[in-house]
Amino acid sequence: MTLELMLASAIAVLVACALYCLMRGRVFDMIVGITLLSYGVNLFLFAMGRPAANKPPIVPAQGAATLSAHVDPLPQALVLTAIVIGFAMTALVVALAIKRVRPSADAAEG
Amino acid sequence: MTLIFMALLPWCAALLVSRLRNGGAAFALAASSAVALLALLAKTAAGVLAGAPLKVAIEWLPALGVSATLRLDALAWLFAALVCGIGALVMLYARYYLAGDTRLPRFFALLCAFMGAMLGVVLAGDLVLLALFWELTSVASFLLIAFNAPDRGAVRGARVSLSVTALGGVALMAGVVLIGRVVGSYDLDIVLRSGELLRADSAYPWILTCVLLAAFTKSAQFPFQFWLARAMAAPTPVSAYLHSATLVKAGIFLLLRLYPALAGTEAWFFAVSTVGAITLLLGGVAAVFQHDLKGLLAYSTISHLGLITLLIGFSADTAIVAAVFHVINHATFKASLFMAAGIVDHECGTRDLRKVNGLWRYMPLTGSLAIVAAAAMAGVPLLNGFLSKEMFFGEALALEGHDPVAFFAPLAALLAGAAGVAYSSRFIHDVFFNGEPVGLPRTPHEPPLWMALPVAILVVICVAVGFMPQTILGLPLAAAARAAIGGSLPEYSLALWHGFNAPLAMSAVALIVGVAIYAGLMRGRWLHGQANPTPTGYLAFECTLLAFARSGRMLVRQMRGDRLQMAILAFAGVLAAALPLVSGGFVAHWPSFSGGAVTGAWMIWTVGIVFAVASVSTRVRPVTVLLFLGAVGLAVAIAFAGLSAPDLALTQLFVEVATVLLLLLALERLPIEAPRVRRLAVRMRYIALAAAGGGGAGWLAWEAMQRKPEVISDYHLTHAVSGAGGTNAVNVIIVDFRGFDTLGEITVLAAAALIVWAFLARERAGVLGRFRGSFMLPLAVRLLMPCVGLVAAYLYLRGHNLPGGGFVAGLLLAIGLVLEALALGTWRSPHARPVRWLASGLAIAGLTGAASLLLGYPFLTSAFGHPVLPWVGEVPLASAAAFDLGVMAVVVGATLMLILAFAFGRKESAR
Repeated sequence: MTLELMLASAIAVLVACALYCLMRGRVFDMIVGITLLSYGVNLFLFAMGRPAANKPPIVPAQGAATLSAHVDPLPQALVLTAIVIGFAMTALVVALAIKRVRPSADAAEG
Repeated sequence: MTLIFMALLPWCAALLVSRLRNGGAAFALAASSAVALLALLAKTAAGVLAGAPLKVAIEWLPALGVSATLRLDALAWLFAALVCGIGALVMLYARYYLAGDTRLPRFFALLCAFMGAMLGVVLAGDLVLLALFWELTSVASFLLIAFNAPDRGAVRGARVSLSVTALGGVALMAGVVLIGRVVGSYDLDIVLRSGELLRADSAYPWILTCVLLAAFTKSAQFPFQFWLARAMAAPTPVSAYLHSATLVKAGIFLLLRLYPALAGTEAWFFAVSTVGAITLLLGGVAAVFQHDLKGLLAYSTISHLGLITLLIGFSADTAIVAAVFHVINHATFKASLFMAAGIVDHECGTRDLRKVNGLWRYMPLTGSLAIVAAAAMAGVPLLNGFLSKEMFFGEALALEGHDPVAFFAPLAALLAGAAGVAYSSRFIHDVFFNGEPVGLPRTPHEPPLWMALPVAILVVICVAVGFMPQTILGLPLAAAARAAIGGSLPEYSLALWHGFNAPLAMSAVALIVGVAIYAGLMRGRWLHGQANPTPTGYLAFECTLLAFARSGRMLVRQMRGDRLQMAILAFAGVLAAALPLVSGGFVAHWPSFSGGAVTGAWMIWTVGIVFAVASVSTRVRPVTVLLFLGAVGLAVAIAFAGLSAPDLALTQLFVEVATVLLLLLALERLPIEAPRVRRLAVRMRYIALAAAGGGGAGWLAWEAMQRKPEVISDYHLTHAVSGAGGTNAVNVIIVDFRGFDTLGEITVLAAAALIVWAFLARERAGVLGRFRGSFMLPLAVRLLMPCVGLVAAYLYLRGHNLPGGGFVAGLLLAIGLVLEALALGTWRSPHARPVRWLASGLAIAGLTGAASLLLGYPFLTSAFGHPVLPWVGEVPLASAAAFDLGVMAVVVGATLMLILAFAFGRKESAR
């Protein structure tokens, strides 16, 4: 129960901080907000797998593997790719932010 | 309780004082902490001096047998009283010496910190704790010497003192560990009782070497005496406090403290007394020839420290009494002399003995105080210095056995006594008489009364002790000496008059010869014409330092460059070092949050939350915000690790590094607008909205976690081995069960990377070599890259069965390649061709899928087998591994593009 409370409250705080940053509308704050939001969302997705301690989804080479001995691997697989895509997303936002401040230079050459 | 309070009080005071702006307030706080400590010492005096030490033990590192034990016995009490008493006086003095200086709070904070460190050394009841505080005194001394920092003398002096004393600190730590191994405990009481055991052990010579090295470096004994002369670059209050009365006595304290445990052997006798005797003579002679007033006092301090060391070396119980007695006497007269020297410097603007002459007319009060103190230093009767010098002469004469030393000891004592009289005479005559001042920057006059007061108090003590030694110091001296000897006290008499005897005759001879020597040297001002003596020891130190730097540079030159042999050697070395990890148990012991680890989990949770909230703040600089974000990411990674998601933890960790790297690189060109100031109502609305949104998300997660629906994952778990030949269910899902999904995701990743890459194409005309001047970085990267490659390969290979896989391995490899590109200053380094990585990765992944089409199966159907290779044995081989290789290549290419796109500096910034 403690564990669920921990996760839920962490998600709440991360999302709240992210939303606050996004609302401020400053470019840098947006980037911070998006980063924080991706932490929150990743944790949220991860929480859907009913996390538990000491049950890594590494199954034994022989014998049966059940959900009682291992956590759900599917959300983990989804979150794993989401983390990497989130990184690409951050980079894209930063690139957009950098480009945004120099539209005239591009327009002149384009 | 009192002890803990005493140990913490100076540190609290230091913290508070450092936050103050006002010099007066800083002084009040600092000085009141010193006075409070004195009061506490007075309160404990009755019990402690009667022979009942206070002791309190706090468990610290029980697994190592180390505890934070504090212990106040009479010896510690005496030193603590010196530290606090002189500390209070010096603070009063410094208040006027540095009057009007804006750095006063910093100065007082540092003095308090030093007081705390020194009290720690004195009060430590555990040898490890003692060594720790020992190092802190070195650091405090370093900071205080470097107080006038841009000044070259201050910087060099600080560097020398730290190098030498920290060397001793390391030696002390080694000695302490050895003692702990022999005795089986670091507790001082136990160690002091184990003298027999220690002296009989085969490690005794090493222990002795280490401990003596520590004591000699700290107390400026030959051949380490040079640092003390350099330390005179510190402000004079610091010299009076640290470099005459307290810090340099720490070495003496260590010798006295461990006397019952280590002394009593021939090795102790010869090492300690020889070094002490050399230092005694060297310091005494050098002091006469110094033209700098503080230099004279510094060398005289060195000489007196040598005297005390020599007494301890004699290893006779009466000699220990004399040593403790001289510690007190020297502290009082030398601190007052330093303060007087500071007054002279302060009022004249110089302290060159060839210029400040004839000051008696301008400052008779300071003059009379200084003359009395200098007479005490010379050992003139009716003053405290005379008494301890008598005892010293007596001890030198009483020495028996130990052939060469016993013969030379009285001679050395006599010579040193004469030298002491000579430099004391020079101090008195050259400063206050000997003609008129020469070209002083300003006209000297008496200092403010408050500045002279500490000097007067110390001089009064000198005289009072000289007249009535037994009444004033009898009890603490006896108690401290008993504690140092660790047994019963010998017969000795503390009195002004012992009748006509040999020591008295030696004193008289020393006085006459000393004055005669000085008069001879000063005839026709011959002494003033001599150049300052060459600081041989200091020059040797600087040369050693240079030699180290030069040989280091040579070594680096050998390793640098594109020499294939070195690279291969490094690779082989890394491989060899990594082998035990692979065969042993590198296989994860992930931290878990179950049971007693809940507290740890909450700590991580708190770190994450605190940094998340902190990164919202607009008052923090953007760079700091990025570091905060990194901390949040790390907390998330640890959470993953604790919640049975090792793959996620690894991925998050590497993505975090990549993100921070990217943002730091991009920060320079990111438009940072000033934060908009909004009305409170608007801000409240934002906060309310954000809280509602966050609360909603949290509530949703909470609700979802309460339900236990049917999930499809049973299938994934049960079929991981039978259907895909891998035991890491997460990886199996990524590369096999949901491989098509992954193919789409890496395509998205590649697209995003290409967009960013194309977007910032023009920037690549700029320069990448941001670290071009750097020397170590390219070298480090060359050594690191084989490592990174190896670990990445390892992570990739084990991915199917254990945490790891293409994503993780790709991220790690990409981070390494980015570092390489940044360090070498060229993104065209052979490995960092992002577009190729990307293209080949997509091709591999796609072709692996297409291969199954050829065989008549649906797209991306995987096959696996366990072929047996010669030597290597059974190898789990799945077609999914090829797909994972494609994933890895795409991740490498994309990450490289995403980070390197921002890594190019502007053209104009290239110089």
